[in-house]
Amino acid sequence: MINQMPPVLSDGELVLRAKAGDLDAFDALTTRHERRVYSLAMRMLRQEQDAEDVTQQTFLSVVEHLDRFRGESSLSTWLLRIATYAALKIIRKRKGLDIVSLEEATEPSDHSDTIPHPEFIADWRQSPEQLVETREIRRLLDEALTQLDEKHRLVFLLRDVEGLSIKETAAALGLSEANTKMRLLRARLQLREQLTQTLGDPATQLIRSHNHPR
Amino acid sequence: MKCEELLRMLNEYVDGTVDPAICEEFEKHMAGCDPCQVVVDNIRKTITLYKNGQPYELPVAFRSKLHATLREKWKEKHPIK
Repeated sequence: MINQMPPVLSDGELVLRAKAGDLDAFDALTTRHERRVYSLAMRMLRQEQDAEDVTQQTFLSVVEHLDRFRGESSLSTWLLRIATYAALKIIRKRKGLDIVSLEEATEPSDHSDTIPHPEFIADWRQSPEQLVETREIRRLLDEALTQLDEKHRLVFLLRDVEGLSIKETAAALGLSEANTKMRLLRARLQLREQLTQTLGDPATQLIRSHNHPR
Repeated sequence: MKCEELLRMLNEYVDGTVDPAICEEFEKHMAGCDPCQVVVDNIRKTITLYKNGQPYELPVAFRSKLHATLREKWKEKHPIK
């Protein structure tokens, strides 16, 4: 569908107009951000119907609460927070955890002090720029994400895919910053391991000569 | 700095939020440790690859339904005076 509003209007300008009751401005904002919200929901929930529900809830919530948006964060960060909250509710329901927070439910294993050591270390055959988005690459990335524990995946999605700060990611997931950083580290290391298995050049493989206490 | 310590500082280093003094040690270690150098490079590429990933497109039918629902809700919230 073609955007009705001139594309030059900033989010801030559109928000002002929408707050004043301009439906076209709101529609333009939705069009601009809907894919990002839907993508986050798809990556968090891996299920189309649930991702659609989260997307709809997010924008319905915007209709309801736009007047509360003060522009302290960017609009997209605000939207992603709303979407994350809605997605977490679905995740908790799936697990039968209505009251327990994600943090409480998943915390204990994060107290362990060990960091997984890199196993397969090799240069990649191609740069990320050369690895154009083929279907194969996309499948590889999705599969590697699916292999992550949920608690690691959620942190990685918000921080590295969506570009939220550690603080924003922690706030959106109801985690401490320290815990968020630890989860992010584990996620990054695990994804590196998996992608390198496929994208790494075995000819350049390095074996660690150092002693690594495990 | 040992490999283990480098691993712990990996986030801060890759995100550019590491303390300058530690950054220096980090780079000194990497200069003499190929595996750590490659791991850091792999991690950067991993993040870039995900960051540049294409978004999912909304199913067409869902998108029209969504916009219709939102317009309706909008009109309830902002009745024409």
